[in-house]
Amino acid sequence: MSGRTPNQKAWWLVLPVVVLVAFNAVIPLMTVVNYSVQETFGDNQFFFEGVTWFEQILHSSRFHEALQRQLLFTAIVLAIELPLGVAIALAMPRRGAWASVCLVLMAMPLLIPWNVVGAMWNILALPDIGLLGHSLNAMGFDYNFTRQPLSAWLTLITMDVWHWTSLVVLLAYAGLSAIPNAFYQAARIDGASGWAVFCFIQLPKMKRVLMIAVLLRFMDSFMIYTEAIVLTGGGPGNATSLLSIDLVKIALGQFDLGPAAAMSLIYFLIILLLSWVFYTVMTRDEPQ
Amino acid sequence: MGVPMNRIKWLLPLLYILFVLLPIYWLLNMSFKTTNEILGSFTLWPDQFTLQNYRTIFTDPTWYVGYLNTLAYVLANTAISLAVALPAAYAFSRYRFLGDKHLFFWLLSNRMAPPAVFALPFFQLYSAIGLFDTHIAVALAHCLFNVPLAVWILEGFMSGVPKELDETAFVDGYSFPRFFFRIFIPTIAAGIGVAAFFCFMFSWVELLLAKTLTAVAAKPIAATMTRTASTSGYELGLLSAAGALTIVPGALVIYFVRNYIAKGFALGRV
Repeated sequence: MSGRTPNQKAWWLVLPVVVLVAFNAVIPLMTVVNYSVQETFGDNQFFFEGVTWFEQILHSSRFHEALQRQLLFTAIVLAIELPLGVAIALAMPRRGAWASVCLVLMAMPLLIPWNVVGAMWNILALPDIGLLGHSLNAMGFDYNFTRQPLSAWLTLITMDVWHWTSLVVLLAYAGLSAIPNAFYQAARIDGASGWAVFCFIQLPKMKRVLMIAVLLRFMDSFMIYTEAIVLTGGGPGNATSLLSIDLVKIALGQFDLGPAAAMSLIYFLIILLLSWVFYTVMTRDEPQ
Repeated sequence: MGVPMNRIKWLLPLLYILFVLLPIYWLLNMSFKTTNEILGSFTLWPDQFTLQNYRTIFTDPTWYVGYLNTLAYVLANTAISLAVALPAAYAFSRYRFLGDKHLFFWLLSNRMAPPAVFALPFFQLYSAIGLFDTHIAVALAHCLFNVPLAVWILEGFMSGVPKELDETAFVDGYSFPRFFFRIFIPTIAAGIGVAAFFCFMFSWVELLLAKTLTAVAAKPIAATMTRTASTSGYELGLLSAAGALTIVPGALVIYFVRNYIAKGFALGRV
């Protein structure tokens, strides 16, 4: 963003975006803030409650457990998807028909509606008639994702890896394609090892796209709802009740608007804060 | 070390592609089976091959209208998102103005809002303005996360275009709109392709908001599927066929932008 000319008229160009997003974001957010400080007994009767709901949520073990599950889930999928995606992108051919075939096939999971992703993994993992479930049980593993928390977690993580690793591959591949051939030739002349080429040429060149990948994967895995609710429904018990699932249970299931709204705000703030930390850490050494 | 590594390098993408295709294969396999076969036995491919599930979907309006509804709001959303994001991205990439950095971060922060948080307020908001159960409601609601993303992607592409292009055009006597549509937009066509791909993708796959904002008239296909799973028994074959058909539009879109994806990102933010 360097070398831009000061021009206040540019506001006219961003005005449509501001109006549209403000309509979609500010009004609903104000509704949530409004609910979060009130108690309702139906019939549109509201009573001011102040920060009661916030205190209640922050002290409730239910919220702490859901948050811990969420953090664990996000940490695991990031730890698997990022290295795997980069490794696949490195191993892919740079150009030619085979590269196009790889890209098209790998991008498929990204364009499947999220509930279909959940349904598809459900069908695949059913212990009696699913390919995965049936095979695992035939091999002697005791696998049943509707009954055992461990099986449910493994299925959920495998599903997310299946669903989103391709995004990391696409981004990393785009970063790699942008490296001019001259860089590799120079490295060969210097006798650089493959590892050195990765550390000093490929990784620095991929930094920007990897930052986008980390941010998108962090945000989306933190908000996962549809796939998980279709696959496990948060169960068995509460074993896979991640934050969004728990939130919808409270908001639409029990219709506790106040606590749900307070939880929404805390949830949103956690994502904002963590994204900001990621962003700051990753752009720290960059000249602005 | 180097040589054997290179020789087995192709194995990793190949294994990954097999992993990607496995659940899709199973879905297709299920979609060609009869309900009896699905529930009765475990078979790797359909014993009694049937097209009945697909026939049901293409002849029963409750099914195929769902696809049309989804396509309608996804296309509307992609068009709206690009139309508003293009001028905004241009402003962010070319001009400095009061509060630009804060505005940019505020826009991006909306990409971080969990849809679960907004489901209930959206329902009330769109009901209040009389747009509940219309395609345009879902198209507008999906702008919440697609517009920031489109601005982000397009801004990256536009910053990759030298400013001299604009200056030369203005010296040559081009007006701003004429320059924008005649010269600038063709220059960043790849970026628009990538942004359109992502808008299409995130609107096509989102269900929570789409389901919350519709009841009958604009009901998305994904919601029709949920209903089948819960009320009329467990019709796995039909569900699989409907699921398999939701993959088709995405696959077509990927095929058309396959060359842009890699090239596109490379031109942009890298």
